[in-house]
Amino acid sequence: MSEPVKSVAPVRAPIYALVGNPNCGKSTLFNALTGLKQKIGNYPGVTVEKKIGTAYSQHGQPLTIIDLPGAYSLAARSPDEAVLRDVLLGRRADTPMPDRIVCIADATNLERNLYLVHQILDLGRPVILVLNMMDVAERSGLVVRAARMEKELGIPVIPCEAVNGKGLVELKLAMSRPDLPLSRHSWAIPAPIAPAVSEIAASLAENDQRAPLIARAEALLLLTDQDSVRVAGSRPLSARTVEILRSWEKRWEGQGTDWAGSLVNSRYEVISELCAHVIDRDGAKTGASASDRIDSVVTHPVWGWLVLGTIMAALFLSIFTFAQVPMDWIGERMAALADWVKRVMPAGDLRDLVTDGAIGGVGSVITFLPQILILFFFIGLLESTGYMARAAFIMDRLMSRVGLNGKSFIPLLGSYACAIPGIMATRTIEDTKDRLVTILVAPLMSCSARLPVYLLLIAALFPSTSVPIGAKVGIMISMYALGTLGAFGFAWLFKRTLLKGEPPLMIMELPPYRLPKLRDVALHMIERAWLFLKRAGTIILGISIILWFLTAYPKAPVGATGSEQIAQSFAGMAGHALEPVIKPLGFDWEIGIGLITSFAAREVFVSSMGVIFNAESSDGNTATLHDALLSAKWPDGHALFTPLVCITLMVFYVFAMQCVSTLAVVRRETNSWRWPAFQTLYMTGTAWLVCMIIYQTGRALGF
Amino acid sequence: MAESEPAFVLFMAETIKLSSLTIGASAVVREYPKQGSAFLRLREMGVLPGTTVTLIRTAPLGDPLEIKVRGYNLTLRKTEAEHVMVETLNPAT
Repeated sequence: MSEPVKSVAPVRAPIYALVGNPNCGKSTLFNALTGLKQKIGNYPGVTVEKKIGTAYSQHGQPLTIIDLPGAYSLAARSPDEAVLRDVLLGRRADTPMPDRIVCIADATNLERNLYLVHQILDLGRPVILVLNMMDVAERSGLVVRAARMEKELGIPVIPCEAVNGKGLVELKLAMSRPDLPLSRHSWAIPAPIAPAVSEIAASLAENDQRAPLIARAEALLLLTDQDSVRVAGSRPLSARTVEILRSWEKRWEGQGTDWAGSLVNSRYEVISELCAHVIDRDGAKTGASASDRIDSVVTHPVWGWLVLGTIMAALFLSIFTFAQVPMDWIGERMAALADWVKRVMPAGDLRDLVTDGAIGGVGSVITFLPQILILFFFIGLLESTGYMARAAFIMDRLMSRVGLNGKSFIPLLGSYACAIPGIMATRTIEDTKDRLVTILVAPLMSCSARLPVYLLLIAALFPSTSVPIGAKVGIMISMYALGTLGAFGFAWLFKRTLLKGEPPLMIMELPPYRLPKLRDVALHMIERAWLFLKRAGTIILGISIILWFLTAYPKAPVGATGSEQIAQSFAGMAGHALEPVIKPLGFDWEIGIGLITSFAAREVFVSSMGVIFNAESSDGNTATLHDALLSAKWPDGHALFTPLVCITLMVFYVFAMQCVSTLAVVRRETNSWRWPAFQTLYMTGTAWLVCMIIYQTGRALGF
Repeated sequence: MAESEPAFVLFMAETIKLSSLTIGASAVVREYPKQGSAFLRLREMGVLPGTTVTLIRTAPLGDPLEIKVRGYNLTLRKTEAEHVMVETLNPAT
């Protein structure tokens, strides 16, 4: 293509795809272009976020923009990159093939950013190149000549500072042009590979109904991609094309031709030549950059740990202190709402369903929302500043001991507050198996909903107040340590057996530190929280109603107390039915009811015990409850909550999978009920086994 | 970032593993494994035969490594770096 070719203006308004490397400022640009006019969903069958937004041209014409996941290459190594590749190649039935592509490249790191751009130019569709962070490049003494680049590539090249909104007008003007030139850039495919490219392209055009230009691009891609990452929802290739591909690969292997490598090399050769023309490095500052100086502290063998520890301490401190006020507020609102319903609705089962079932059940989950939001906020902050990559860099060695990489660290750490944001944060892990292992073990980290249970049982363990605080703290720490050990132990086990795979890579960019854009972080936080509520909300509501039904039916005679009602309800029956199974752990049917109702959220155990042992006090004081627990007895008269049972019960809560919200999120993140079911089985199974050993050993030793 | 250094600078060069490079030293990538998706990705990230890389630091626990390549910072594990042979650049001999 040596002469400029004009693309024909599509009949409908063109659909734009927004593509670029991670950390190039793509989401900032997308947010700046579309404002809040965004629709966020999922690509069916894969857990990759699908974002479509609408921007308006200078004349008020709507422009549809698909924000595709950030990627370094179209040769996909992760589901994110696979979605990008498949959308651009028109392989997905659920997403229209974009007519035009806006490529964003970080002007401070142009060579590597242009690798993806170079692959995209092969697609034969109109491309607008946005050079982002021109201000940062300028400050570091780099002169990037956009005009020269435009001449070399034959496509619009727009200098931009997405953070300050500079260049947006020019970009929108270019986007609303009725015709856009196709790139007249060309590159020589290495001679030994060229015939294969033509043959595969011809087969793609003939057997896979690809347009000729796309076929060539896809052929080039297949040679470097080897289709390593296949995701649901993309159309498979025809057998004939695969056959041709394999036969070429076999031939090259025999000849010792490094086909994939030489394709990458020749792309970088073209890029280097282009960069030599358009980048002026004469004024480039030498020596350590601000980022390098920060890193010399942040990744320092001593200070690095201190920084990491301080940041994590700040995270947990803010989760447990700042979240308390809104959590109390939500609790009060929920109670007030239930009171209001009680006033306006006639007494009866329907009213109880609304107040105790729906409001009570959903309320117990909603109260965790402030913690979830703060955690999302912190994760967003760590991501947008660039610290996330450093934390992964520091922790990689430790995580590799169990076969994971450093990227699993933050999701697992976040799970100490709540497994839900932790599990949702695993999307940054590229390797599907590593991601699944992290999701499977994340709920073993003791979350904040277990805290009230631990506190109650520790109080019951030490009836007198004379016990040194150290013993209580020691037990608490042991529970957290036990969960952590369990998580790493199972990660190690799963990586060796069930989800055996290549050792994970740690080929990761350490992006320069940037000041966070609070608007983007806040937007990200709200999106995530909304996604959780939308997807998990119905399941939580459903389970809450079922749990309410189980405790409210069949009805006890009028005048029965709460504990009599629950004792003869379905939940009570289930507790009785469960007793033979949990008796080896020292638990009776009453504890069994608590274990069942804990499925709404683990801390519900506390209120269930309150109802069962008739200790519900209006001010929620646990002192009365722990007295009630201590006086609880087996039918034969020996105490129920012995110290051994308290410890065993705590250990049960460390390991058992008892959180419907988490299961709902795992279902969403893994796209099947298979994994949440497996998770419930292995976690609760482990809990039973460990508790049985502890209780029986304890009994044998005379406790 | 010069892609190819003048020959006289390489006069005293020796070929070693990327993982054995001293911190702060620069080297030109020479031999590169052909197989393995890790090495394909490393190439795509711009680490190619002929590219100059600088070892910036190792992580606090000694692994992974951080290198500077084409003006940006990249991490890779020692197990990968062991397979990449580099020719050290003797500064100003």
